[in-house]
Order: sequence, then C-alpha cells, then structure tokens
Amino acid sequence: MVLERNLMKGNEALAEAAIRAGCRGFFGYPITPQTELSAYMAKKMAKAGGVFLQAESEIAAINMVLGAAASGVRAMTSSSSPGVSLKAEGISYMAGSDLPCVIINVQRGGPGLGGIQPSQADYWQATRAMGHGDFHILVYAPCSVQEMVDMVSKAFDTADKYRMPAMILADGLLGQMMEPVTFPEIKAKQPEKPWAANGHGGKRNHNIINSLYLKPEVLQKSVLERFERYEKVKMEESDAESYLADDAEIVVVAYGATARVAKSAVNSARAAGIKAGLLRPKTLWPFPEKQLKEACKNAKAVLCVEMSMGQMVDDVKLALSCSKPVHFFGRTGGVVPKPSEILEEIKKIGGAR
Amino acid sequence: MAVVFQRPKSLLDVPTHYCPGCTHGIIHRLICEVIDEMGIEGDTIGVCPVGCSVMAYDYFGCDMIEAPHGRAPAVATGVKRTNPDKFVFTYQGDGDLAAIGTAETVHSATRGENIVVIFVNNTTYGMTGGQMAPTTLPGQVTQTTPFGRDPKVQGYPIRVCEMLSTLDGVALAQRVAVDSVPHIREAKKAIRKAFENQRDKKGFSIVEVLSTCPTNWGLSPVEALERLRKDMIPYYPLGVYKDKGDGKND
Amino acid sequence: MAKMTVDFERCKGCGLCITACPKKIVELQKEKRNAKGYFTARCVDDGACISCAMCAVMCPDCAIVVTK
Repeated sequence: MVLERNLMKGNEALAEAAIRAGCRGFFGYPITPQTELSAYMAKKMAKAGGVFLQAESEIAAINMVLGAAASGVRAMTSSSSPGVSLKAEGISYMAGSDLPCVIINVQRGGPGLGGIQPSQADYWQATRAMGHGDFHILVYAPCSVQEMVDMVSKAFDTADKYRMPAMILADGLLGQMMEPVTFPEIKAKQPEKPWAANGHGGKRNHNIINSLYLKPEVLQKSVLERFERYEKVKMEESDAESYLADDAEIVVVAYGATARVAKSAVNSARAAGIKAGLLRPKTLWPFPEKQLKEACKNAKAVLCVEMSMGQMVDDVKLALSCSKPVHFFGRTGGVVPKPSEILEEIKKIGGAR
Repeated sequence: MAVVFQRPKSLLDVPTHYCPGCTHGIIHRLICEVIDEMGIEGDTIGVCPVGCSVMAYDYFGCDMIEAPHGRAPAVATGVKRTNPDKFVFTYQGDGDLAAIGTAETVHSATRGENIVVIFVNNTTYGMTGGQMAPTTLPGQVTQTTPFGRDPKVQGYPIRVCEMLSTLDGVALAQRVAVDSVPHIREAKKAIRKAFENQRDKKGFSIVEVLSTCPTNWGLSPVEALERLRKDMIPYYPLGVYKDKGDGKND
Repeated sequence: MAKMTVDFERCKGCGLCITACPKKIVELQKEKRNAKGYFTARCVDDGACISCAMCAVMCPDCAIVVTK
C-alpha cells in the first residue's frame, strides 16, 4: 500500500490524525493559534461517524471530553495556553478518575492573555501542575507536522493503556506551519474498556467514574496506585532524539520547534569545529532522563534552549544531578530564537576556538 | 399478601448519607421508579454534581459519573452525544446548577441537548454547611447572609425554570415539589415525562424539584416541609413553564 | 398482620411518614434507638391501616414496605 503524501498545516494534521486514531468525540472552543483544528474537525468528524461540538467554554469542552471518555469513547479537545488553563480543573478530575483522553496545547505567549505567537512557556503547567492534586499526564512534544501526526495516535494508545490523560504540547509555529505528511495505517485495535460508564445492560454491576474519596487512607491508596503506574510509564514511555551527541562536548537540549532551530545551530557549530550535539526530548513527561544522561556522557557543558524564561532547564538539571554545568538560553513572548543566537551561546560556553 | 410499596430495583439497597428528613432520598426514589417502569436501568448513565448528592453514584444502580462542580450538563453532553441511544440524566443542586454551572446549564439547554436535568432547589449550599445559594430567598438567613439575604447587596434569587423556558432548545421546564404525597406524585409524572422526552428525542428537559434542607435551615423535617410550602412555593410557583409536547408553546 | 413494615436500621426517625398518614396511626416509638441513634417509625394500629402507602411515598429513606 502506498501511503498518500499530503501538504498540511500542523493544526489540520493533528485533527486528521486524531480521526484516524479513532477519536470519535471532539469538543473545542475557538482560540488562536489552534483554531484550524476545530474547523477541520467541524468539516470531517461527522463523516467519520464521530461528534464535533463547539462548546460554550474551554471548561465545558474538557468536561464534554470527560463525559465521552467516561463512556469509553476516544475523545479529544484542543486549545492554546489561556484556554488550557481553563481546562485544568477537568484534567485533574480526569486524572483522578483514571480517564484517558488527548489534549492539544498549541502554545502561545503568556502570562494572561499574552500574545498569539509561538511559545513554550506552558512546560511547567504541562509537566508539573496541570491542575490541583498529585497527578501526572503524558506530555508529547512534536517538532514537525509529521511528528504531530505520529504522536496523536501514540498519545491515544498510551492514554488508553495507562488510563490517563495525554497532552500534545505543540506551539503556534508547528500549528501554523505547512509540511508534507503521510498518515500511517492504524493497525492496533483499541483496547476493551470494561470500566466505562456506557450502560451496564443488565450484564454487570454498575460502573462508577469518580475521583472522590472521603477517607484519607482510601484516597492515599488510590494515589499510590496511580503513582505505581506512573513508575511504569517512566520506565517504558520516555522518548528522545539524540543528534550528534555521542562525542559531543556541548549538548544542546531543546524540544518542539526550538529543537529545529537548535539543530541548525548544532550543524553550524560542527562546521565551525565545535563538537556540539542535540538531545531533543519527545516526551516531556516522562522526561527522558536516561537518554539525556547518555547523550551527555562526554559533554563538558549543556545548553538548554527554550521559548520561555527557562522551564525545562529544571528537568535537565535534575536529570544530570548537577554533574555538568547547565546553561540556559531563552526567548519569550512569541520571539523565536535564531540559529545564530544559539550558535553564539554554544561558542560562548565552548570557548571560541 | 401483595406488596403495594417497596424500593425500586434500580435504587440500590444501601443506607444513604443524607440527614434525617432530607428530601434527596424521595427524589432519588422517584427517578429510580421511572427508570424501572421504563425498563431502562441498563441503558442509563447518571451524572452526579458536587454538593450533598455528590455520592449519589453509590445509590443509583445504573452506571454513574461524578462531574466537577457545575459541569454535569457538559459531562452529560459528552456522554449523550457519543452515545445517542442511551439515557443520560444529571442530578444537580442549586449551587451546582445555577451558580458555578450556569453557563453549562444555559448552553446545554439552548443546544437542546437530549438529556434530563433533575434540579434540586433547597435554597442553600447543604454540603458546605448552609451558605447563600443563587436561589436563597430574600431575607433568608444563611452562613454567608447572617442578617438575611438583602437583594440590594446580594441580588435576587434566580428562577431557573422561568429563565430556561425562554430558550428554544428546552422541551420541558417544570417545577414540582416533594412536600406532600400529591406533590410527590406530580413530581414523578414530570420526571417520567422528562425521560420520555429523551426517549422521543425532544431535547432538553429540566425538572426543578423544590426540596428541603432541615439541617441547614435549622428546622425539624416537618417544619422544613412547612417552610417549603409557606416561603418557597410563593416565590417559586409550581407548574409547567415550557412543554414542547403540549402544543401550546412549541 | 403488619401492613406497614419499617426497616429499623434504615429509618432516620424524621417523622415525615407521620404527616402523610391519613389515618394518623404512625408514630415514632420511644423505646429503642437503632444503631444510628434514631427512634424509628411504626404503625400503632395495623387493623386501621388501609395500605395506601402514603407513609412510604413520603419516606426519604425507602425504609417502609407496605403490603395489603
């Protein structure tokens, strides 16, 4: 079978990939720079036998996802930074109710209303505090339109496998960018969901989807059980791309669109005789600690580059247990770092040769 | 010897956490009687609110989902849209439905979501100890209106059925009470009609049930029923505010 | 033979059944508290009971079974 190659905008590719991954409930609310995703769903979802609904708010949208997911349906919502903040409540409830779903965040600058240009300033939110309480969500960080496609189906599968929400943490640059993509054939069958609240049909006891536990010991037990699952997720699901890192003396760490810029800078550095490499986390939670350590085994210094004031850099430092100097270079507010700027930083750290 | 009254099958045989005389139990039972009579327990998904009835999932025999505060109609929308052949109902109190969840309520109503909303109005936040609710009556003393609700300061109560009856998506908006046997029978008929509307794909049906909270009102259960009749019904008149099936205001 | 049977442990002694009974034959007994500490409802005159089940319709706790 020859796979069709399409030229698509990132946001639309995310939507098409979700439909192909079996998403049958999409609930969204307009916000720049992800609106094309909803528009695509509005056109295509009904034809696929699914539901597209524009909700009255981000809060309603995530709770519609909660309802659909609780009934065992693959469901998704998408938004951009300020809208994702509004979804925090629902995401916490879904994590507490062990419900799988996919949330797209096409990040824009913040805080507050911020701007509408690309940003990576929601890293902490996505990996640390996507709502109240002790919980994690899976966080995938694509760096191309093709990877957006691949990660959507991966996110649905992994969310189902571990019964937890998954996020695609993209940014306005990726969302708005057009690139050729192929949609891989989906072979894996969706798992059975015997826990779903979709009517017991008189064939089983009633299922309850709930996150309330009034007895502290019982709540603690449920959280501990979830964190045992998280340990398994950390072992099995972390992922990263390592580029020219084997002999690298300076390892640049960057994800998403920033990693593309960083790769150019690494190439320029190599051309200038500097042994630079790149470690690009593809999962942000779980953070690819092992892969980072491996990539940094010959490194004298590490440079973390982000479109933020420095958020992932915390995880880089934690993963390396401060065994190497970790530098940071960031642009924020929607400003995208230039390859030349990153190269300058590499040179500064490496010492001009 | 024939049994003339017993617990409906879909109301699980467990003690409830409700205070003595709290009318939640009556309303739960009416819903279950309707579910049993229509034979739809296996095809029904209930959505609980946050409030006193947060743990209703332990009492209903059908599948249940516990929603974030105020979001039950959005959760129900997600279930119903992706499972159009199932019956979906929400069970919500006044704070949940008419304060924090106002947007979800109004928009699920105006979309004509084909769901049943059971709205329990007892003019107070029961679970948190009796604070002012959006339906607290003028003059009513609560924890957060210790000198009585003053409309000049705290505004006026919301009449939910009247408000929603203006929306085209609403198939049924009816206010009932559970203070007496005749009223309870009326309430059951309304709940039955709401579920039948869903079966017949008529759209959004809300049954507002005037209810009591003896504990937070500081009254005995019997006195609480008297207050419901004397103070609540005059402010919240019982009746049908919208019925797409009656041919009057389709 | 009793027509109104009250589940002793389920009854919360709220007394709503008393207000519903048209024959005025329901009362709260004052002899024995249940595990929750409530004095429970009972029918004081089985012979006068017409099995109308209004007590049970009013009961918030489904604690009453009525037979005929």
